[in-house]
Amino acid sequence: MSDLLRRLTSARGVSGDEGDIRKVIIDEITPLVDEVHIDRMGNVIGYKKGTNPKRKVMLCAHMDEVGFIITRIEDNGMLKFATVGSIDSRILPSKRVKIGDKGVPGVMGIKAIHLQEPSERKNAVKAKHMYIDIGARSKEEAEKLVSLGDYAVFDSDLVYFGDGRVKSKALDDRVGCFTLIESLKGNYPFDLYACFTVQEEVGLRGAKVAAYHIQPDIGLVVEGTTCSDVPKVEPHRHTTRMGDGPAISIADLASYSNKRMVSFLIECAKNAGIPYQIKEGITGGNDAGEIQRSRAGAMTAVISVPCRYIHSPSSVMDLKDLDNTVRLVKEFLEGCESL
Amino acid sequence: MDAKAFLKELIDIPGVSGYEDEISRVIMDAFKPYCHEVRRDAFFNVYGKKIGNVGQKGPRIMLAAHLDEIGLMVKDIDDKGFISFTNIGGVDQRILLSQEVIIHGKERLYGVIGAKPPHLQEKGETEKAVPMDEMMIDVGLHPDDIKKKVTIGDLITFKSPLISLGGNMVCGKSIDDRAGVVMMLETMKELDKLVFSGEVYFVATSQEEVGTRGAIISTYSVDPDIGIAIDVTHGDTPDAPKDETHAMDKGPVIAVGPNMHPKLTERLMNVADDNEIGYLIEVEPGLTGTDARSIQVSREGVPTVLIELPLRYMHTTVETLNMENIRKAARLTALFIASMKEGWEECLTY
Repeated sequence: MSDLLRRLTSARGVSGDEGDIRKVIIDEITPLVDEVHIDRMGNVIGYKKGTNPKRKVMLCAHMDEVGFIITRIEDNGMLKFATVGSIDSRILPSKRVKIGDKGVPGVMGIKAIHLQEPSERKNAVKAKHMYIDIGARSKEEAEKLVSLGDYAVFDSDLVYFGDGRVKSKALDDRVGCFTLIESLKGNYPFDLYACFTVQEEVGLRGAKVAAYHIQPDIGLVVEGTTCSDVPKVEPHRHTTRMGDGPAISIADLASYSNKRMVSFLIECAKNAGIPYQIKEGITGGNDAGEIQRSRAGAMTAVISVPCRYIHSPSSVMDLKDLDNTVRLVKEFLEGCESL
Repeated sequence: MDAKAFLKELIDIPGVSGYEDEISRVIMDAFKPYCHEVRRDAFFNVYGKKIGNVGQKGPRIMLAAHLDEIGLMVKDIDDKGFISFTNIGGVDQRILLSQEVIIHGKERLYGVIGAKPPHLQEKGETEKAVPMDEMMIDVGLHPDDIKKKVTIGDLITFKSPLISLGGNMVCGKSIDDRAGVVMMLETMKELDKLVFSGEVYFVATSQEEVGTRGAIISTYSVDPDIGIAIDVTHGDTPDAPKDETHAMDKGPVIAVGPNMHPKLTERLMNVADDNEIGYLIEVEPGLTGTDARSIQVSREGVPTVLIELPLRYMHTTVETLNMENIRKAARLTALFIASMKEGWEECLTY
């Protein structure tokens, strides 16, 4: 388990630049599927022919992650950047990044506390005022290492810590990719399409074309979602709780889950003794929105692994939650033809 | 060990002000091959003594670079096991979110600093920095387990190992002032290539970040004729005022102002000029925020110079330094020490 999770989270894959993670996923799924299809957007679709195919089931996890793109190289060799996907710029000061295919190391610094007015320390730093320092002394020096439009990812290794916890970048949604790969190890009566999508973080764009291509009857999205069971958040605003099992969505800003699928997921969890939780609150949205409304429509649902401090270099999840997510998806696939 | 490897080793060793036992032991071991005598006092100051290799009578010179670092301290542990904290030394609360830390409890615990997610913030809240007292450390253990291992008052250090950037730049935590300690070791190596007289004490000082307290004790103890403080100063970055920062590639910085002895500083600059070592000048109108402030007024007064290494993003986990400046500063310092031959007192007369 551990090795695959590390390979998946350490790969680079900012929305629009999924080449590195795509390669990792193709290598992983090729032995497990009948056909690997890479579409024009760069989505990876692993097709596994059913033993008695009557329906098409699409499993979906996005392989892209939030990150940065280099927008300008300054005369002094510093790089200006924009965020790709939603990142709270307050987490950026004093972080390390890797830029481009070569993984050029850089840092997002902030002027020393000694040089600040006391009032400055109370205000958030905005990404547009920040820059990346790669140690270049001039534009020419920087241009040898970096080009405009290069993407950058957080430099953050996967760390196992505490009691079965994991810290890494990109848990959203490499946990979903992990679950899909595990699911491909089973055999099913229906045709299974395991879809690793691009550009979810910039507007569910990969899933749109993938779903059109596949035309699924049933779509199940596996996500990493916000876990807000932390201090200063009232219990009724805990969207998910760490360690309580996979979170089943009723609705979010992109889609309402199919009620029969939700009931069936709950039934699967209960029958197999898998802990689960209902995601509370309707914030966020994911590929289910595009899959559900592709062509003439499909039934969809979403299950998620709770991730604290999501969209940061140090997101945290519980390995039990991931394990139970894999189990629940397997249970679902075993019986979903009856839906 | 080469300078970069030594710096890499040093910054990973905890040594928050007042708790410098471990880092001081490592520094003692590193000094031993180059010194006649190495000792440590009750304040965790480390003293490496080198005796001149010619018979002439020379001054007793004390170099000082601080070995302590800024950090955090456990303030409370809540019912769910989240750990709140406060700072030791100057820490900008805006750098803390998403940092990896080590809590030094009964055992070392890894954790990350978090806060409530942005989508739950009230309107306008995202314009404000998250205050330190609304952050917490998540160590991923059961609260009962945490309370067995962590106590209020336990120290916390950042986890941010040294990495290399472009050119000769390196980046990591606590380069302030472990780079100064590395520079002292490099000065020892340079001195071994030169002829010098007198006694030189290389002191890695404790508790600088909380008021140069190690320097107060150690200067009294050494009772030097001349003091050389070594610390970092601000490197140039686009968001910092130009007149308070220094270029990263123009050599070490020599400070001038009331905290520094004018004649001695002039001599230091002359040595640099004679040997074609480039340097920058920092004007310090009052007391410097370095050990120099305490060395200068020890006992009956100690003529003191201050040599600084430009450092970007000071007191963060991505402090950035040009290694070339360590090399140049060490060479300059060794040549300066070697220039103090018989009759050295003359350079101090007003």
